Amino acid sequence: MNLQFVMDGTLAGAMIALGAIGVTLTYSVLQFSNFAHGELISIGAYITYLVAAAISATVIGSSEALAVFSFGWNVLLAAVVAMAVTGILAWGLDWLVFARLRAKGMAITLVMASFGASMALRAALEFIFSSRPLYYTQELQIARAIGAGILVTPDQLLLVAITATLVGLLYVVWAHTALGRAMRAVSENPALAEVCGIDVPRVVRVTWYIGGALASAAGLLLGLLVQVRPQMGFEMLLPLFAAAILGGIGSVPGALCGGLIVGLSQAATVQFIGAEWRAGVAFVILLAVLLIRPHGLFGRRS
Amino acid sequence: MHILGLLAYVSGFLSTALMLGIACMGLNMQWGKTGLFNVGVAGFMGIGAYTSALLTAPVGAGATSSLGLPIVVGFFGAMLVAGLGSLLVGALTLRLRTDYLAITTFGAAVMIQLVLLNATRYTGGALGFAFIPRPFTSIADQPTLFAMVTLVLLALIAAGVYWTLEQLVHSPWGRVLRAIRDDETAAISLGKNATVYRLQAFAVGGALMGLAGALQAHLIGFIAPDDFQASLTFQIWAMLVIGGSGSNAGALLGSVVVWGIWSLTGIVTGSVFAAEDQARAAALRIVLIGVLLCVVLVRRPRGLLSER
Repeated sequence: MNLQFVMDGTLAGAMIALGAIGVTLTYSVLQFSNFAHGELISIGAYITYLVAAAISATVIGSSEALAVFSFGWNVLLAAVVAMAVTGILAWGLDWLVFARLRAKGMAITLVMASFGASMALRAALEFIFSSRPLYYTQELQIARAIGAGILVTPDQLLLVAITATLVGLLYVVWAHTALGRAMRAVSENPALAEVCGIDVPRVVRVTWYIGGALASAAGLLLGLLVQVRPQMGFEMLLPLFAAAILGGIGSVPGALCGGLIVGLSQAATVQFIGAEWRAGVAFVILLAVLLIRPHGLFGRRS
Repeated sequence: MHILGLLAYVSGFLSTALMLGIACMGLNMQWGKTGLFNVGVAGFMGIGAYTSALLTAPVGAGATSSLGLPIVVGFFGAMLVAGLGSLLVGALTLRLRTDYLAITTFGAAVMIQLVLLNATRYTGGALGFAFIPRPFTSIADQPTLFAMVTLVLLALIAAGVYWTLEQLVHSPWGRVLRAIRDDETAAISLGKNATVYRLQAFAVGGALMGLAGALQAHLIGFIAPDDFQASLTFQIWAMLVIGGSGSNAGALLGSVVVWGIWSLTGIVTGSVFAAEDQARAAALRIVLIGVLLCVVLVRRPRGLLSER
């Protein structure tokens, strides 16, 4: 059996996990499923593109391919800048729309507002950049065999390493710092957390920073491995939700596992059934979880 | 002659607005009356459209396998299949968190879109489904009359739906529904099974979306998977929220207003932007409706006509 789907699935899973962690954090801290999370991925990818282009225009040679990789350091620096900017934009969207609805106590209306925001942001990207795809690099990479019939490119290995580092860092913050404890407290019981002296607005802000930054990183992965398009994030939305629910809402390790499972299933479907059914995998997984174990792998029964 | 052209345009505009208004009243049954969040409206409309197309298109027409039955059969078949589909999705998710229904309906719409694209033998795939019979084809050579007669048919169907829904809402069934939406614990303690009532309301709403989809198929005579994308769901939501959720009259008013904004901005962008920029200009109109939706949600959450 050809095991190529393991590599392809791990890459897809890394992208999905980066987005699903943001979804699960916003869901547990703010109590709503954010349909605009996919657009944070697209926005991050476009900001990375713009910043990388700006750097390569000012610093000669910055876009020359690094070592074995297909892109220059301008893309990496741009990705860091984009993570920060997307985090701030995510919080800005909350301030502009979601916080006002939260203040009025209209929980489910938030979901609708996020659906509206998703549509508007995606259309805005399409208006500004048109739907023509963009690429971070024009270089081609030759895939190398690493045994068991698996082919990988250096870019892919680097991206898996970057994802692992980001998720590891986040887990340390979430599980072992005062900030992480405050976030967990707010997700358990916001009113009680506030009474205990936790700065809830700060926790909300940090949640958006983290969600936006990880989404932007997912945008970098997707942009490097596939292409940058206005629809790229929206097409990820269902896999993100499926991964977050499969892992158990509110669980960071759950979102990571959920992402990998969804990614691997997608890649296996492409390899063994047919690429045209790839987009349906997330829905099948979602249904199975809701039927068999609605609180997910790592979640608690509500 | 100019007047006749305008008359045909206005009739066509109102026919489409009423068709969308029927889907919007279906969404009002789910969201406005019961508090159920459906993000897959376009998917259920797609089910209705393709069901009706398969039932009514002439046998052997095009690449698909259709049955050539009368259009009325298509309408009822569309309502039945879309209603059953909603029942299925509802049965899976209604006992779980409210957000899960939103996510599952969203997923269902993605899946329906995928089946429409890939089950080419039945749907024609990305190329679409043609040869769907349009009503009153015998007078199709007189466009103004044709458009006006079609409008009368749509108005009759919309009025029928409106009347039936108003009867339902003011029936004991409708009162239980309102009680469940406003205070579930109280309704349950009075012995009402909240999940069963919710499921019924969800299926009724889904059936109406199916009917709207069938009407769209027969209004235009051609459907493609692209007609049933998330942007359609979004427009129907904007119609309900802006018109005033909870009110069927609001749903109809919202449909005319939002479809009016959509058509007028289409005329404006059509004359301002060059031909190659038309797709981008359409995106700008979606931004406008999205911003409008968010502004109404924040500033005037009850919409234009709220529930009495």
